Amino acid sequence: MSTLILLLVTGVGLGGLYFLVASGLSLIYGLMGVLNFAHGSFLTLGAFAGLAAAGAVGAGTWGGLLLGLLVGALTGAAAAALTELGLIRPLYNRHIEQVLVTVGLSLATVALFEGIWGPNPRNITGNAWLSDTTELLGARIPNTAFLNILAAALVLGGIVAFLRYTRYGLIIRAGVENRSMVTALGIDVRKAFTLVFAVGGAAAGLGGVLAAQSLNYVSPHMGASLLIFAFIVTVIGGMGSLTGAAVASVVVAVLQQLANSYLNNSGDLIVVLLLALVLLVRPSGLMGRTA
Amino acid sequence: MSEHSPRLDRPQEAGPVLSVRGLSARIAGQQVVHDVSFDVAATGVTALLGRNGVGKTSTLKAVMGLIERSGEVVLDGARVDAERTERIVCRGVGYVPEDREVFAGLTVAENLRLAERVGDHGTSPARKRLVADLFPDLTQRAQQRAGTLSGGQQQMVSLARALLNENRILLVDEPTKGLAPRIVSEVADALAAAARTVPILLVEQNLQVIDRLADRVVVIDAGRVVHTGPARELLDDQAMIQRFLGVHAENEPAHGEPVPGAAAHGKGAHDQVREAATIAEGGE
Repeated sequence: MSTLILLLVTGVGLGGLYFLVASGLSLIYGLMGVLNFAHGSFLTLGAFAGLAAAGAVGAGTWGGLLLGLLVGALTGAAAAALTELGLIRPLYNRHIEQVLVTVGLSLATVALFEGIWGPNPRNITGNAWLSDTTELLGARIPNTAFLNILAAALVLGGIVAFLRYTRYGLIIRAGVENRSMVTALGIDVRKAFTLVFAVGGAAAGLGGVLAAQSLNYVSPHMGASLLIFAFIVTVIGGMGSLTGAAVASVVVAVLQQLANSYLNNSGDLIVVLLLALVLLVRPSGLMGRTA
Repeated sequence: MSEHSPRLDRPQEAGPVLSVRGLSARIAGQQVVHDVSFDVAATGVTALLGRNGVGKTSTLKAVMGLIERSGEVVLDGARVDAERTERIVCRGVGYVPEDREVFAGLTVAENLRLAERVGDHGTSPARKRLVADLFPDLTQRAQQRAGTLSGGQQQMVSLARALLNENRILLVDEPTKGLAPRIVSEVADALAAAARTVPILLVEQNLQVIDRLADRVVVIDAGRVVHTGPARELLDDQAMIQRFLGVHAENEPAHGEPVPGAAAHGKGAHDQVREAATIAEGGE
């Protein structure tokens, strides 16, 4: 019983990390039709920048952690906004070229990060409480799981509120439905593109710092490995659906944890099989619109 | 139908509000508009007519910059053909697309709020009142998702989005397509009211609606302009209607069954001829 609870809670925590990456992917695809392969790089950069900032005020302290999360998010947002302005916008409406440029950027940035920080993972000095566990119904849950769940819930709530209550949120929701009609109402939809990239990049950068806390290391490759699952989550949830991404994040991560524990470490296999099943039965995803 | 006086109560302004010169357009590499030139007068309704698939909708989209185009588009004396769609709109062009294109997942209020613009040709309190007066239904349904509205109500949303702003011109594409006869006349009422304050370039298949609203006509065939002139001259000449629009001005439409948009029910015998002369078939 306690093992099951442990797996469920850590699964939801891992789902929180997936969601932080997948939310941006889903929003960007929904509005712009671009699969952003560079999204993992925003995460990695956010993690390195956030941890450097945390180290500057005291690695392992609460102040350091909070500053790290903030700097990670801001770095992710800035990197994403610059990517949109510099690489995506000049290729306006040329979706294949836009996707290819993000593939190139992801490969180039990983090489760049390896050049700067070395190819091997670096251990980090974690916050003492985060390295500890809390007992819940007999299970000893790593505290990082709670932090991940909290952060993902706040980001989900924040993005939903942004989409529902702001003018740009309205423009983004309308643009996901029918981009050309938004321009035909006199709205420069390109500003919304930059904004969506920045919001997605912020969530990814935040996810990078949190992932480093959970893994206890940073590495130039951490973005790429999370990105794969975030893509799977985005497809299963339905491209462009934020709620779909949230639900699929939890489903995928919990399933992965359970399979890893009870079925000979077959978590990754089970997730890919789930992806295949969803694509066969419901190609538009759990909450995707039927195109 | 009386003469055009209700719509021409303002003095005729000097030049056209919109001039199109040598406009060509492509969709997916295929040329759909060939060297089209016409003017839209600064008052009243100019109808853009032609058989199905001749490029009327594409012409409007090309003017809006929604499809790849070449040629001159002059709005209020300024070239706008190099500008992006949203810039053209902000110069005071209201666009009511074919098939309404309301945002189905957004509420009616959100659809309207999205359409509000700032600036010289933007939204004003007077315009909001006008829209509220014209479409009281929309106020009642403000919190309803636009996707759950009937076709006629969606058309009202689409028209309201354009009428909220102080536009210099409206481009309205097949506003009565697929609507029940009663709704067709409501839409025509709204357009007639709008035409008193803003010139309209109207694409329309329903000859009765054209008869009611249009002052002038521009006829397109195979992507080229083949006739321009007063609306009455065309409507009174059955041979011309047959030649340009491909319809028989008799009791039956040219191609069998009446179609959505063809308002040909419950009218007096003397109206039958004109009503039957509704251009058959759906969109382009």
